[in-house]
Amino acid sequence: MKYFGFIWRNVWRKKIRTSLTILSVFVAFLLFALLSAIGYAFKSGEDVADAERLIVIDKISLINPLPFAYKNRIAATEGVHSVAHASWFGGYYQDPRVQFPQFPTDPYEYFSMYPELKMPQTWLDAWARNRQGAVIGREIAEQHGLNVGDRIPIQATIWTKADGGRTWEFDIEGIFETEDPRGSTAFLLFQYDYFDEARAFGKGTVGWYILRVERGADPVQVANAIDMQFANSPNETETSTEAAFAQSFAKQFGNIALIVTLILGAVFFTLLLVAGNTMSQSVRERIAELAVLKTLGFADRSVLGIVLAESVIIMLIGGALGLSVGWLLVQGAAKTMAAFLPGIFLSPEAMLAAAGMMIGAGVLAGVFPALKAMRLSIVDALARG
Amino acid sequence: MSDTLATLSGVSKSYQKGKEVVEVLHNLDLEIPHGDFIAIMGPSGSGKTTLLNLLGGLDKPTAGTVRVGDAEISSMSNNQLSRWRSSHVGFVFQFYNLLPVLTAQKNVELPLLLTNFSASERAHRAALALGIVGLETRTKHYPRELSGGQEQRVAIARAIVSDPALLLCDEPTGDLDRETAVEILNLLQLLNREHRKTIVMVTHDAQAAEFATRTMICDKGTLEHREAV
Repeated sequence: MKYFGFIWRNVWRKKIRTSLTILSVFVAFLLFALLSAIGYAFKSGEDVADAERLIVIDKISLINPLPFAYKNRIAATEGVHSVAHASWFGGYYQDPRVQFPQFPTDPYEYFSMYPELKMPQTWLDAWARNRQGAVIGREIAEQHGLNVGDRIPIQATIWTKADGGRTWEFDIEGIFETEDPRGSTAFLLFQYDYFDEARAFGKGTVGWYILRVERGADPVQVANAIDMQFANSPNETETSTEAAFAQSFAKQFGNIALIVTLILGAVFFTLLLVAGNTMSQSVRERIAELAVLKTLGFADRSVLGIVLAESVIIMLIGGALGLSVGWLLVQGAAKTMAAFLPGIFLSPEAMLAAAGMMIGAGVLAGVFPALKAMRLSIVDALARG
Repeated sequence: MSDTLATLSGVSKSYQKGKEVVEVLHNLDLEIPHGDFIAIMGPSGSGKTTLLNLLGGLDKPTAGTVRVGDAEISSMSNNQLSRWRSSHVGFVFQFYNLLPVLTAQKNVELPLLLTNFSASERAHRAALALGIVGLETRTKHYPRELSGGQEQRVAIARAIVSDPALLLCDEPTGDLDRETAVEILNLLQLLNREHRKTIVMVTHDAQAAEFATRTMICDKGTLEHREAV
């Protein structure tokens, strides 16, 4: 710590150069924060996945529906505790740009399948009694100022009604929340019976099944048993864990993790060049001063440490600023984008990784100049002046 | 305690210059008693600075031994030499070599960062050293805010702050006007006489050499004694 004042003054020796380097570090870590948060959103489905829940979809594509008749056969499979189902509705509220997911399902089965979703029993019962009833998540309610008792129109983009209409009206019977802070409540649930009866086509089908395996049952064996049952049928199934389902769902948008990694890789490579150049210049222009330090008795490793510390401090300043601003932006984005990209979150793990990257990048950028300073010959350096 | 502070025995120093080996010092013997003030004169390239570097543990001889106090510094490792330099020797350079990012006070405190002194103790000792060189009112000034003479005084304060027995001065007045040079030389004389510092000063200036108690001439790698006038 006693060297800190000295190191700090050296960092600010060339204020403009240091500020510009810090700015480049700032931008790199700001990008890191934003991309990490977006990457987290795409991955959050996997993180909140329940190991005892399996998802059954059509083997060819998620968009192909499965017969409703499969439900009882799946429920009867050994190792299956309970079954629920859901379908993609794909409507919008008021404005085509205001989209959030809507799923027709069975009220009791769905809430039994997802115990992390919390709602008073009276609201659940009210929804179950009202065929045109719906429940919405807290995020949707807050974003659109909706309350229990409101009637909302949802414009269908896929499911026209049998009468040709595209407007589906629902009575909000309840607002649910989630116990899992990473989980999303940015969706609407409504009754499958009403949906199946009123839609113009696709009757008797569901989008996917969700099932809970019995305690002690092997999920892989259960999944295989289900898929075996429907092998060679017109609707073969693919059963996977909820995490694998979430992963494959996210991959529809591309390999987000790879994209994020590639962008950040390019940014950090450039950052290393910029910071490394700054440190090289800084060492080059004070060869004589470093020689004086050594003359005074500073050991080779102390000189190495001083130069490395300067590099790390520059990274920490820029990185901390970038991460802080990134965190603020993520907070804002999480609210405004909750409906169509829920789960935007700058996780503590990402921040810890960023701190590690700041130190790592600082060491990498400073290591060659620091080694040069360490190996400096006092006599030669003083002779050069 | 022996009266001799430093001894060079059979010291030779040669450098590789391309394919050629250049011998700068040749089989040199020298004894420096405690409290001595030696001026070393000689033409450029005669080995004066090399001799100073060997005495200060900045360089090692090709042959022979260098002993300062109880330590044979010619056989020390680089790390041992660093530690030794921090407490046994002070350096004063022609161009002061102060760190521009630090105030006079912080420049003087620099060698004390290598000790276990507290921050307040370091500040106290640096203030004392600056007081000795007459710069107690310039402690907060940066090198760019000081005159050449004042910068050299700060450099001298930095050299004496860890209370070394030996001061090595390489052309300490080479960059100063005559009047300021005399002030600096008077200060070195004061440090030699009143603070018992042993001083070895390399200079081209015969008038500067007169402030020393004896003068030696370095030429073609050997030393000749010349009594002070």
